[in-house]
Amino acid sequence: MDTDLARTWVQAIAAAVDQHKDHLTQLDSAIGDADHGTNMHRGFSAAVTALADYEPGTVGAVLVKTGTTLISTVGGASGPLYGGAFRAIGKALDTTTADAPQVAAALAAGLASIEKLGAAAPGDKTMIDAYAPALAAFRQQADAGADLGAAAVAAADAAEEGMRATAPMQARKGRASYLGARSIGHQDPGATSTALVFRALAETLGSRAESLGAR
Amino acid sequence: MKKLINSPDEVLTDALVGVAAAHPSLTVNPSDRYIARAGGPTPGKVGLVSGGGSGHEPLHGGFVGYGMLDAACPGEVFTSPVPDQILAATRAVDSGAGVLHIVKNYTGDVLNFQMAADLAADDGVRVEGVVVNDDVAVENSTWTAGRRGTGATVFVEKIAGAAAEFGADLGTTAALGQEVNDRSRSFGVALTPCTVPASGKPGFQLGEDEVELGVGIHGEPGRARGRLTSAREIVGVALDAIHADMPLSGDVLVMVNGLGGTPLIELYVVYAAVAEWLAGHGVWITRNLVGNYVTSLEMAGCTITVCRLTPQLTQLWDAPVVTPALRWGR
Repeated sequence: MDTDLARTWVQAIAAAVDQHKDHLTQLDSAIGDADHGTNMHRGFSAAVTALADYEPGTVGAVLVKTGTTLISTVGGASGPLYGGAFRAIGKALDTTTADAPQVAAALAAGLASIEKLGAAAPGDKTMIDAYAPALAAFRQQADAGADLGAAAVAAADAAEEGMRATAPMQARKGRASYLGARSIGHQDPGATSTALVFRALAETLGSRAESLGAR
Repeated sequence: MKKLINSPDEVLTDALVGVAAAHPSLTVNPSDRYIARAGGPTPGKVGLVSGGGSGHEPLHGGFVGYGMLDAACPGEVFTSPVPDQILAATRAVDSGAGVLHIVKNYTGDVLNFQMAADLAADDGVRVEGVVVNDDVAVENSTWTAGRRGTGATVFVEKIAGAAAEFGADLGTTAALGQEVNDRSRSFGVALTPCTVPASGKPGFQLGEDEVELGVGIHGEPGRARGRLTSAREIVGVALDAIHADMPLSGDVLVMVNGLGGTPLIELYVVYAAVAEWLAGHGVWITRNLVGNYVTSLEMAGCTITVCRLTPQLTQLWDAPVVTPALRWGR
């Protein structure tokens, strides 16, 4: 992964969020306050703009800039949680290129940031329920010597599986927790946007890996 | 969606322009997105900053002024403000005596205010916070994000604001705000949902004869759905829940607060039932507010907030206040 790919990843997230904005808001209407799609769209659009004329020295600089922009523009819980995660991932990638084990370690720092700020754990029906399995899958692939593209595809698949698994859970954090048992049966909007983030990573790194392989 | 707006994306910006035009006593910073007293910080006085998602007007901007807040940070509709604007407001109102953040207990509000407080501390501004969590409809347990902050926010802002105006230091002001929160409880009922402009659809659906019991102020559904019965019966459910959580006695301050779409005549019907219920339980309303203070866009329904007063809290409640939405005594 290099600075260009990091930027492409953020652009891919912005495109995915744009495409799924209404779906995210619809999920948030059911168990939250109907603003997740709007807020994520505002934040990632701002991040793409901020990166447009930014000349990063490292992979991490792209992601720190993204995180800072998200904190300043998203609001809600998602702003600090996603913003803090991207900043943590970026701070762990203080290099011009990064391989699969380096990205795995950085993604772990991102999860740690979310867990610390949100004081949430797996099973609470949050972003973590998509992020934690995605990280585990990425790490497993990286440990087995897989390239970035394969690791990211495995992570995206695991994130989506984790996302779907939030439906039967009862929320214990965030606004959905106010509903008690009535939160059961609805897929978590935060886990859903997290799955978009990992799918965007897979599309960014997967296509690159394929093109490199074809060369 | 039928709303008097120019565009869903411009609602907050347009409203802030309107606030600035309507209230020369306030200064609106459009780029940093905060509303402050026009005169700048009062020398030697603790600054009070609150904020939260928009859509709850007059909370919080309508409570900026003498005897209450120094600044308010409005987020997008139902979305907490971002750290940048809270930090800018905090810096702007600090006279050197420190700044009190009054934060409603929602994950987003708490996280963004905490980030701003940390950044302000790096700049040498002393910041303390009071987190308001008065809503008894939410079980305060490991199963939830904790109780929501609703109507008691007005009480905390008024009473802490009065204390600061009298010259209380940061620690004392924060302790009083905490005391008000600890002595207050709320319960909300919704008759209709509300529609966030950017989403365009109601937050939930309610049948013609249904009410949402224990509803929040963000259009999120409540904990249970009930039949629409009489105002008296609904008040009974609300006050039973409050009384079970914090036994009521002595003198109380009561707010019957409209959520935006309920006419004042119905709020007075509710207030009559509240007064009757409390009198029947040997509780005396010595101060009250009836009206729209913490709204949820155009939602029909109300919240009932009860604060067990002390002589000191009563005195601070009675102290002069001059804001767009609350003014007396001066």
